Amino acid sequence: MSLAIGALAPTFTLADTGGSPTPLHDGDDAATVVVFTCNHCPYALAWHDRLQTVARDYRARGVRTLQINANDGERYPRDSLAAMTARVNAGEFVGPYLHDATQEVARAWGAAVTPDVYVLDGEGRLAYHGAPDADHADESLAAEWLRDALDDVLAMRPVARAETRPQGCSIKWRG
Amino acid sequence: MPGVELLYWDGCPSHPLALAELQAALDELGRPELEVTLVEIATEQQAAERAFIGSPTVLIGGVDPLPPPAGEPTGLTCRIYRRRDGRYSPTPDPADLREALRRLLPRSAEEA
Repeated sequence: MSLAIGALAPTFTLADTGGSPTPLHDGDDAATVVVFTCNHCPYALAWHDRLQTVARDYRARGVRTLQINANDGERYPRDSLAAMTARVNAGEFVGPYLHDATQEVARAWGAAVTPDVYVLDGEGRLAYHGAPDADHADESLAAEWLRDALDDVLAMRPVARAETRPQGCSIKWRG
Repeated sequence: MPGVELLYWDGCPSHPLALAELQAALDELGRPELEVTLVEIATEQQAAERAFIGSPTVLIGGVDPLPPPAGEPTGLTCRIYRRRDGRYSPTPDPADLREALRRLLPRSAEEA
């Protein structure tokens, strides 16, 4: 079951592709974006650049972005740690790309697909959950649902569109 | 007459769009009479048996008109396509699909 809007998000510490433990919260972030994503899903790939642009655009405003791959990398080698590392080394990610090897974080958050986007406010409460925008095929949408949610959180307003339906590939759970 | 199949896995949401675009391509090529057979791939074993590398996969007479790179593993997953402009997509570029259908289908029922 997914997190409810307003609920405190479960904390975690996951290793990035270099093995560094990376916590959900790190100081006084004004907001945190958590994206469950992966390497082999066409929806995640189609939205990927838009999400990196948001991470870059909002970083200076105190927004921390964490991207997490929880897929079973043994059954799906494209989602292995080695494949994640190759993408990070190629400069494809703004911010850490974390490996949820046990899938415990994805289960605790109720993530179901890639990409699955969550926005937390400064207190760590869920303010937005859903898709980046309405259409993976339309780059001009620029992840507007995510941007709108961040703008509301940063302005200390209730998020006008707090939930949308995530669209993408199912997370590949371990057998 | 070569059959047109659309192989899909229900865990990937792209096959309704792929079916609509396939039927639109057949209409555009003047072959609306060709029925598309939907084939669900539900297990890893079925995926291996049908050389299914992801959903959706179109087959014309058993041939994949948009062949993937060699060595692509089979499995229950979404298939990655590239649009002609380089963008990633969960469905084939409609122009690639039309071109492939034009190449692999006889031009009319009489030629079949």
